[in-house]
Amino acid sequence: MKAYWYGIAALCLALWWPAAVAQGETAADVRAIAAELSGASLPKMPGILERLEAAGGEQVVPLARALLEGDLYVLEASDALVIGRSTGGDGFALEDPLDGTALGEYTKADLKKLRVNNRVRVQLRGMLARLTLLAKDPAVRERAVRNMLERPDADSVQLLRDAVVNESNAGVAELQWLVIALYDIEHSEDPSVRLQALGHLDGRVEPEVRNALQALLAEGADTPPQLRRQAQTMLSALESKIAFYEFLETLFFGLSLGSVLLLIATGLAITFGVMGVINMAHGELIMLGAYTTYVVQLLMPDHIGLSILVAIPAAFIVSALVGVLIERGVIRFLHGRPLETLLATFGISLVLQQAVRTIFSPLNRQVSTPDWMSGSLEFNAVFSLTYNRLYVLLFAIAVFVVLQLILKKTPLGLQVRAVSQNRSMARSLGIRTEWVDAMTFGLGSGIAGLAGVALSQLTNVGPNLGQAYIIDSFMVVVFGGVGNLWGTLVGGFTLGVANKFLEPATGAVLAKILVLVFIILFIQKWPRGLFPQKGRAAE
Amino acid sequence: MSNLYGQFSALHQLREKAPVFVAVLFAITAWASACNLLLPEDSFFHVSTFTITLLGKYLCYALLAMAVDVVWGYCGILSLGHGAFFALGGYAMGMYLMRQIGDRGVYGNPLLPDFMVFLNWEALPWYWQGFDQFWFAMLMVLLVPGLLAFAFGWLAFRSRVAGVYLSIITQALTYALMLAFFRNEMGFGGNNGLTDFKDILGFDLQADGTRVALFVATALVLAAAYCASQLILGSKFGRVILAVRDAEARARFVGYRTETYKVWLFVYSAVLAGIAGALYVPQVGIINPGEFSPLNSIEIVVWVAVGGRGTLYGAVVGALLVNYAKTRFTGIMPEAWLFALGALFVAVTLFLPRGLTGLVMERLPRREKLKEVAA
Repeated sequence: MKAYWYGIAALCLALWWPAAVAQGETAADVRAIAAELSGASLPKMPGILERLEAAGGEQVVPLARALLEGDLYVLEASDALVIGRSTGGDGFALEDPLDGTALGEYTKADLKKLRVNNRVRVQLRGMLARLTLLAKDPAVRERAVRNMLERPDADSVQLLRDAVVNESNAGVAELQWLVIALYDIEHSEDPSVRLQALGHLDGRVEPEVRNALQALLAEGADTPPQLRRQAQTMLSALESKIAFYEFLETLFFGLSLGSVLLLIATGLAITFGVMGVINMAHGELIMLGAYTTYVVQLLMPDHIGLSILVAIPAAFIVSALVGVLIERGVIRFLHGRPLETLLATFGISLVLQQAVRTIFSPLNRQVSTPDWMSGSLEFNAVFSLTYNRLYVLLFAIAVFVVLQLILKKTPLGLQVRAVSQNRSMARSLGIRTEWVDAMTFGLGSGIAGLAGVALSQLTNVGPNLGQAYIIDSFMVVVFGGVGNLWGTLVGGFTLGVANKFLEPATGAVLAKILVLVFIILFIQKWPRGLFPQKGRAAE
Repeated sequence: MSNLYGQFSALHQLREKAPVFVAVLFAITAWASACNLLLPEDSFFHVSTFTITLLGKYLCYALLAMAVDVVWGYCGILSLGHGAFFALGGYAMGMYLMRQIGDRGVYGNPLLPDFMVFLNWEALPWYWQGFDQFWFAMLMVLLVPGLLAFAFGWLAFRSRVAGVYLSIITQALTYALMLAFFRNEMGFGGNNGLTDFKDILGFDLQADGTRVALFVATALVLAAAYCASQLILGSKFGRVILAVRDAEARARFVGYRTETYKVWLFVYSAVLAGIAGALYVPQVGIINPGEFSPLNSIEIVVWVAVGGRGTLYGAVVGALLVNYAKTRFTGIMPEAWLFALGALFVAVTLFLPRGLTGLVMERLPRREKLKEVAA
């Protein structure tokens, strides 16, 4: 560890020696040079920036970045150089470009933007790369090197060649070698250097690697055949690798969509299986779950991470209660008239939608994703899994397992299964079917609420949230059959994956249509789905 | 025996039920048309052209509701996708009207409709050929919904998909079509649909005379459709349809191919819906993929439920009442409409299983019976 720090220190010293010796700069000098920027004409800027880089080192990184991104302003009143961040509307929060102290809020009229041209931009990028390539934090270095991948220039590559020798972090070093290799392949005249550089590309999947290999193959006839052969082999290996990762990614997206469909369709399937009714308000119960998540977050704004965990039971309870209300208030009076039930529940769905519109406004609400669910699990440059989808997938499976346990291991589950197999027989054996109906409906609705929590992490929360997925979920139920929940599981994942695999070939809309057509054809052969209910209950 | 048969014969039914309906319909139509065309605009009794168009629109909805009642009320097939047939008929008419614009469009292209020019299309797609001819467009108004209904019905009924399954599948059908028609590549104007129509058969669509003519035509078609439906449902075919509704398995065991009956009834109903769409488009002046939305289709079912199903005239009454309420409500307090519609769904299914006309009719025969007893 010590050696590492010595190495870095020595490196810094070695590289900044001339600058350090020449000026022995103080902070005040850096500030003075920076101040020159405020009145500088565009042609003068590069000179000033060079001196700034030499004098300030890492200190000027925020300034350079702000200048590059157009956030650097001159305060008209005092001619001071400031970084301005828009606070919405005309307001700007200002901070000092060198030490980052906050300077209060001003409006747009008080500020003059410092404009740069392309030449300065190129210089700034190089400057930022140089300054960050040697930063102490390996994460900063890695980001800096990664930024160079796209278009390495001679200066920075030279810098890297020096740096890579002393680089202690294996991951960063590998990336540095990659950049150097990419540069060599493109610019070196010496075939043996290029061949060696190709070696560094082995096993990498960054898009730049592919571009470099393709560029090499596109060169004229004077490229040595050995080099070409090597590049060809690597390119085909790379492409099959990328194709494989793309396949995995599509599969993941498909499973993710499938998990959402599964969450939604299990609730539907339970109520349909037991009571023979389709609950058209199911989508709105999902929406209620999502809004519950939103409200819970409003109530505990300081604990977003925790709020999701609170929202799960809360959403279940809210949706389940509404579900039981619907069952007790409307559905039980329509027993044995499934088509009327369908219409009545549709009416309820309209009322719920409009109620949410009136209470929360028709606009989408923002539900924040907790820290532990944002970001993604990165395997390499082309394959990463976003945490929110991953967690939703796991959540859906967990809900499924718990539900199976409830149905198979609890007295309620036993009664639910009995009623769904033969209602009158169950009744004559002393099961309170009315009570079972209410509980089943509550359970199905509660699961819809859980689906709402999951969806709030994936899409916008609005009054139409439930509508978007509900028809697809009906298709899952039709496809999987209502005989048992495994049908829903298989159906949900099959349709999700099929959708996502069709999408690249046909476009999202056509993929959906094809899946719908497929299901219409599917029920020709299997009218009761993949896992039909057996026995007398079937007719 | 002959007397008994006579009571159930189609003609008997037609003679009994049609005159009142047709007379009321014609009276209203004639009165509204006359008040629009003959009276000066400042007269108290003048009916504005806006109202005429609104009435025409309602009659189109009434025809559509009747189409749903034919399958739902008489055969127990709850279709949540009849909006699709309506919209297809509308699109066929819209395509004719688009071709009539000719070079009067914004881009002045004599052959291609504006949106195709906008999308840089070179030539008219093959499925737009022939729509410059009125007869061809009208043929398509009948054929396209009819064929779709045949294909769909044949597939669905043959494999004995029934009940809620069928409802869900019909909903998926209209949903899929909606998604498809939203695509620009489909060549039906995408999101915006077809609009900016100029004239029909050479008559200016904005003129009062054309509006009234379209309104009267709608009323005539509605009357004709009512009589035809009474005839069909009163015939032997209709008796089997009723049997299918009440006990499909039994009807099958007796020896009827129930799926064939259902398919043909479904096709008939889809054609009616298509005609309603074709009459609707020139009066409203636009057709877009929103007509395919599942909500629209399910609203039709509510009209029928409100009016009372299984009577045909109930569907008409329901469509008129609900749409009048909708116009008023969305004008006064737009927020409340969905609440009202939702409550209507629940209230009608819970408290009025036979609809409003059912409620009224329950009282009428009793009085007649009393008379009989007195006589």
